[in-house]
Amino acid sequence: MQPHFKKLLGALVATSVQFGTLGFAFADTTILNVSYDPTRELYKAYDEAFVAHWKAETGETVTVQQSHGGSGAQARAVIDGLDADVVTLALEGDINAIVSKSKKINPDWRKKFENNSAPYTSTIIFLVRKGNPKGIHDWSDLVKDGVQVITPNPKTSGGARWNYLAAWAYANANDGGDEAKNKEFVGKLYANAPVLDTGARGSTVTFAQKGIGDVLIGWENDAYLALDEFGADNFDIVYPPTSILAEPPVAVVDANVDAKGTRKVAEAYLGWLYSKEAQTIIAKNHYRPAKPELVAPADMPKTPDIKLISIDDPLFGGWKKAQPYHFGDGGIFDQIYKPAQ
Amino acid sequence: MTTAPAPAGWRFRQPSVIPGFGLTLGFSLAYLTLIILIPLSGLVWRSAALGWPEFWSIVTDRRTVNALEISFGTAFVAAAVNVVFGTLVAWVLVRYRFPGRRVVDAMVDLPFALPTAVAGIALTTLYAPNGWIGKLLMPLGIKVAYTPLGIVIALIFIGLPFVVRTVQPIMEEIDREVEEAAATLGASRFQIITRILFPGLAPAITTGFALAFARGVGEYGSVIFIAGNLPYKSEIAPLLIVIRLEEYNYPAATAIAAIMLLLSFVMLLIINLAQSWSRKRYG
Amino acid sequence: MADPEIKSWAPDHESRSAAVTESRPAQAVLMAIAFGFLGIFLLLPLIIVFHEALAKGLDAYTQALSDSDTRSAIRLTLLVAAISVPLNVVFGISAAWAIAKFEFKGKAFLTTLIDLPFSVSPVISGLVYVLLFGAQGLLGGWLKANGIQILFAVPGIVLATVFVTFPFVARELIPLMQEQGNGDEEAALSLGANGWQTFWYVTLPNVKWGLLYGVLLCNARAMGEFGAVSVVSGHIRGLTNTMPLHVEILYNEYNAVGAFAVASLLAGLALVTLVLKTLLEMRYGAEIAASRGH
Repeated sequence: MQPHFKKLLGALVATSVQFGTLGFAFADTTILNVSYDPTRELYKAYDEAFVAHWKAETGETVTVQQSHGGSGAQARAVIDGLDADVVTLALEGDINAIVSKSKKINPDWRKKFENNSAPYTSTIIFLVRKGNPKGIHDWSDLVKDGVQVITPNPKTSGGARWNYLAAWAYANANDGGDEAKNKEFVGKLYANAPVLDTGARGSTVTFAQKGIGDVLIGWENDAYLALDEFGADNFDIVYPPTSILAEPPVAVVDANVDAKGTRKVAEAYLGWLYSKEAQTIIAKNHYRPAKPELVAPADMPKTPDIKLISIDDPLFGGWKKAQPYHFGDGGIFDQIYKPAQ
Repeated sequence: MTTAPAPAGWRFRQPSVIPGFGLTLGFSLAYLTLIILIPLSGLVWRSAALGWPEFWSIVTDRRTVNALEISFGTAFVAAAVNVVFGTLVAWVLVRYRFPGRRVVDAMVDLPFALPTAVAGIALTTLYAPNGWIGKLLMPLGIKVAYTPLGIVIALIFIGLPFVVRTVQPIMEEIDREVEEAAATLGASRFQIITRILFPGLAPAITTGFALAFARGVGEYGSVIFIAGNLPYKSEIAPLLIVIRLEEYNYPAATAIAAIMLLLSFVMLLIINLAQSWSRKRYG
Repeated sequence: MADPEIKSWAPDHESRSAAVTESRPAQAVLMAIAFGFLGIFLLLPLIIVFHEALAKGLDAYTQALSDSDTRSAIRLTLLVAAISVPLNVVFGISAAWAIAKFEFKGKAFLTTLIDLPFSVSPVISGLVYVLLFGAQGLLGGWLKANGIQILFAVPGIVLATVFVTFPFVARELIPLMQEQGNGDEEAALSLGANGWQTFWYVTLPNVKWGLLYGVLLCNARAMGEFGAVSVVSGHIRGLTNTMPLHVEILYNEYNAVGAFAVASLLAGLALVTLVLKTLLEMRYGAEIAASRGH
């Protein structure tokens, strides 16, 4: 028995040593793209195309690694030292947080790429159960009694912040710009939410897979993806007459690429997002390309023409103003989300 | 036999012929310091840097208080449920003989061995309105997934072995002659259980309760999938720490962690006291 | 004195059970409740994991497991366990030796400290390393300047795992070695063995099964840890995703089969752990029982 046991112990130590020396050696350039939740499929397709493009262009082999999560959570990880070469997040506010808290990104990052560094845009729409049994067509239908709304937590999810702002924009247009009434409307909407997941993906799973709620507020591309994954015969997509123009931005993490010597490929990686090939991939993944003229009409998503309000609209005054005002500690969201009493 | 009579005065350790005290204690302390103490003191240091007023305002913030209440409340309920059913399971395992007892006995440890994230998605799938159990409960108007009840379910799963495994060995040691004597003196089965068996098991049950409770308070992996994560309603304290961290609100994350750490310390102390109490009484 | 009742139960083994144990129907009810409870709370979750994993057939299952990201998650989990378990074994043996073989001041306090990670929330275990090694943390600047990556890389994941699994081996060994006393070691030493020989030939064989038991529990937790690792991982696909994290990611990708397929591997690991543990208990029950009552 005894020698057996020692052999076992020895084997244990040997395995650990072996694993230790295995290590992670990458002969070629590797870049890390830290992104938010709903872009998994988009970047899976784009990374493949880019790797081939880069190989053809320069002869170099590049490996693109992906990390996905809630947009705020991902920004936090980069601030805490996650070695991202590029960030492709849900909203400008999260990249600004990296700028101000870690100084790893130059403050003028929005000017680096076209369209304020947003190679694609999207919007927020509704996903309802087949046949739309609760008759949901507009934002006002979401605050009715007995309607359960699924939306993630704006404190941790970027998509959830767009959801909130879209609702706010609707309220503002309908009650004549009275802020107290806006607050009441959005407050009612969140009172109808039985679950607040930490990310947009969690919400979709809750709604589609777990069968909770009557309507999911979410990314346009995620709604189409949910139709593909969970069956088009279970859900309907509803476009509200107004929504928000979501501009998920991209940026090179300057401090990291300079330290790793990957600036050239990182900049090319983001720059190529504006190419014909990439814009087509973007369109096929149900995002709205920044340069629709490059995409063949057959590949363009067939999206109804609805009124989209930008974050730079005077109502919000840009992310620098909207972020602390609505989502900061003690901001409007905190105020409306206080329980009664 | 090997220890010389201790000389008067303070002595760090009793003399012994066995070597290696310096080496093993030194290594243990160094490792403990490196892995546990330095990181934890970093937490204490960061929250101390906050200053008392700020620390206090974070800790007494409505949302923090509610999250702590939910964590401690659900852990308490789950531990209480586990005391009842865990003791019953231990009783069945110790006293009754039936085929497959070994298998049932081994299964009790499943929550120790099954990763919490796996437990989380499995329980959510079971208790969602379209899940096997959720479907049965739905017509009764009982919602489990995404409510505090869901948290309780997850914590019952996590905490069960703590109660069974603390109570079981004590039960095995109970001298059946005492029961027999009581029976011959005319005690009913009910009297024997409440007057003789239960007092003997009480310390073990208390310890099991405390262990299940302590584990439940800090549990994260299994809970986040099944809790609705609604602030003030079904948001547990560990999740609030993660949320604060993701909002770049390090002071709040640190302060909540520090207060939880303090409470864990207190609980650990109570557990150890309960154990030494039971050892003294029932050695 | 010759009470007829006493006479009647003393020799007859069967009839004494009447007042000393529950009636047959009561036994049946209690067993039914216990099995029902275990069935609903323990067995069903286990069954559903395999049920969901195989929901789309065996092909979908094997395909899910052959995904390259899944493969690297499995590799990383094995690597992390292979580093952190031996570390905690060395610590556990060393701490048990110091605590069980010697009497010194502050021993009780040291034992409490070793238990501490059991009652610290896993999230906090991760958070402390973020506060320490994060770019904004106490040592963040120094690490960055020296090009050392701890957080969001394998070292951070290993550290968080070591923290969480820290007490397992020590907790099994301390009561066991205390129970066994110092007699064997003292005899060996008096016969001229040196300290290492005594440990290797006397102590280790005495505690080997308890040690293996501790290793088993430590390993199960190391491979399954979620909360602590989630905070320090960075979730880089194919690089810093452990199996439990990969389960969450697949789950959030609407890939239920993939998520449950990986989960089923972890559940399988849990089952193997339980079987080994039961075998150990059956063959070396008395030895391990000493540590169990603890």
